[in-house]
Amino acid sequence: MSYRGRFKIWRGDAKGGALQEFVVEVNEGEVVLDIIHRLQATQAPDLAVRWNCKAGKCGSCSAEINGRPRLMCMTRMSVFDESETVTVTPMRTFPVVRDLVTDVSFNYTKAREIPSFVPPPQLGPGEYRMQQEDVGRSQEFRKCIECFLCQNVCHVVRDHEENKTAFAGPRFLMRIAELDMHPLDAAEETGLDRKSTAQDEHGLGYCNITKCCTEVCPEHIKITDNALIPLKERAADRKYDPLVWLGSMIRRRRTD
Amino acid sequence: MGTLDTTQTPGTATGVRTPGRASIPDRHLRTDRWWLAPAVTVAVLTAFVIYSTWRAFANSDYYAAPYVSPFYSPCLATNCVPMPAGADVQVFGPWWGISPALLVLIFPLGFRLTCYYYRKAYYRGFWAAPPACAVAEPHPKYSGETRFPLILQNIHRYFFYFAVIFAVILSYDAALGFRNAAGQWGHMGLGTLVLLGNIALIWLYTLSCHSCRHVVGGRLKNFSRHPVRYRMWTWVGKLNERHMALAWASLVSVALADFYVYLVASGTFHDPHLF
Ligand code: SF4
Ligand code: SF4
Ligand code: FES
Ligand code: FES
Repeated sequence: MSYRGRFKIWRGDAKGGALQEFVVEVNEGEVVLDIIHRLQATQAPDLAVRWNCKAGKCGSCSAEINGRPRLMCMTRMSVFDESETVTVTPMRTFPVVRDLVTDVSFNYTKAREIPSFVPPPQLGPGEYRMQQEDVGRSQEFRKCIECFLCQNVCHVVRDHEENKTAFAGPRFLMRIAELDMHPLDAAEETGLDRKSTAQDEHGLGYCNITKCCTEVCPEHIKITDNALIPLKERAADRKYDPLVWLGSMIRRRRTD
Repeated sequence: MGTLDTTQTPGTATGVRTPGRASIPDRHLRTDRWWLAPAVTVAVLTAFVIYSTWRAFANSDYYAAPYVSPFYSPCLATNCVPMPAGADVQVFGPWWGISPALLVLIFPLGFRLTCYYYRKAYYRGFWAAPPACAVAEPHPKYSGETRFPLILQNIHRYFFYFAVIFAVILSYDAALGFRNAAGQWGHMGLGTLVLLGNIALIWLYTLSCHSCRHVVGGRLKNFSRHPVRYRMWTWVGKLNERHMALAWASLVSVALADFYVYLVASGTFHDPHLF
């Protein structure tokens, strides 16, 4: 079943732009990205859009559809009423390049600020042995496709440009959690405390656990419950829990 | 909430209107009923605050043998009504003249105020930070939980420890419900079921706490070296997925349990005896 669907697409660049109306054919089984491609093929050959896989795996086609951050290739047209006007805009947290394409380099800057995995000194490459239950938590976070929808929706930077320097954002705080839960990460032996630096250097305290990152994640990673809150608890161990602090001074357990 | 001003102060182009971002004047473009959840949150929490303030200050109708209201247990002052075998430990002398509930309610209140779920609920509902996802918040500045007073949210785990003590006391109160009004064991009334239902939900809410999940095992790096704690962490994790539902269910049940005791104690309703 085909119908003529009504769309509003944001067009413009960093200097300005506006929503433009289009009427496009929509066929059964199509997703929003199909419509954008049809627009390019028919009415707007210069419409800029970033995409790669059309399978929800490359994380390129992030945009906002009817005001909600989503992947265009994973948003079925069948979720909308045929009479509804579907509005598509670029992500509203990052600088726009053109039309639906934004400059996401903020995220790469933040990625570089997170100290990487510290290899355990006593083990060579190929000698790592880990139990499944020890890597399960980190594995959930490795499902991330780096679409940056969570970074885009997070009100800490979306609504406050000035917080961009201080705040790593959910995706990269989750990266810290992943490494801090990694059974072989030897950061602590080198004097790097991921728990307290998450708060002191990467802005964990800005997150007020309102869970929008979790709501938009196309990989359904429980970012807030499984990464951010556990990381807040780990930071509290270091900074606000004299009992844990005292215990670690007395017993000096190297790892647990 | 839906009634918030949708325009920011003119001249301050920040947030989604920052120059360089796609120029869209609207504060949000959502077409669904995003305001419904925060509005319901505000309505229910406000109703609970009004009800519990009234009951906490009332200082009456909180004991109907053998049932005690969860708002007044443990009862720590000499002005508590006598509760045979109940959790009334008179550590506060006759100088404490106002409602004894005020001595203890700070703990469950603090537990819920610093709860990770309720924080989400009231930051969204009352503070509109953010009101809903991708809906711009009305505040010009935001520092989250980085400084006083919100940095105090980090002490949630201490409230969790107290919450466990309170859950034990309320379990004891529920067990006392298996007596009749004269203090003989082996009886049960509708009130016993009310107290049991409440304490079950209180336990589930308390054990599903994120701090609990952290304490039982979440803080470990290697689960394989701690199989028992790993299993406990798995169980708490399962409960934790339901933390939001348990937070609401136990909030309602604690108010209902108190209201039931109020009805019986004030003579409005006669507690039906089951056996
Ligand atoms: S839970 Fe924290 S990181 Fe995630 S969107 Fe909300 S404030 Fe941002
Ligand atoms: S965590 Fe989820 S929302 Fe965030 S970048 Fe990864 S896949 Fe996208
Ligand atoms: S095109 Fe790859 S995720 Fe949408
Ligand atoms: S009680 Fe909700 S997180 Fe602890």
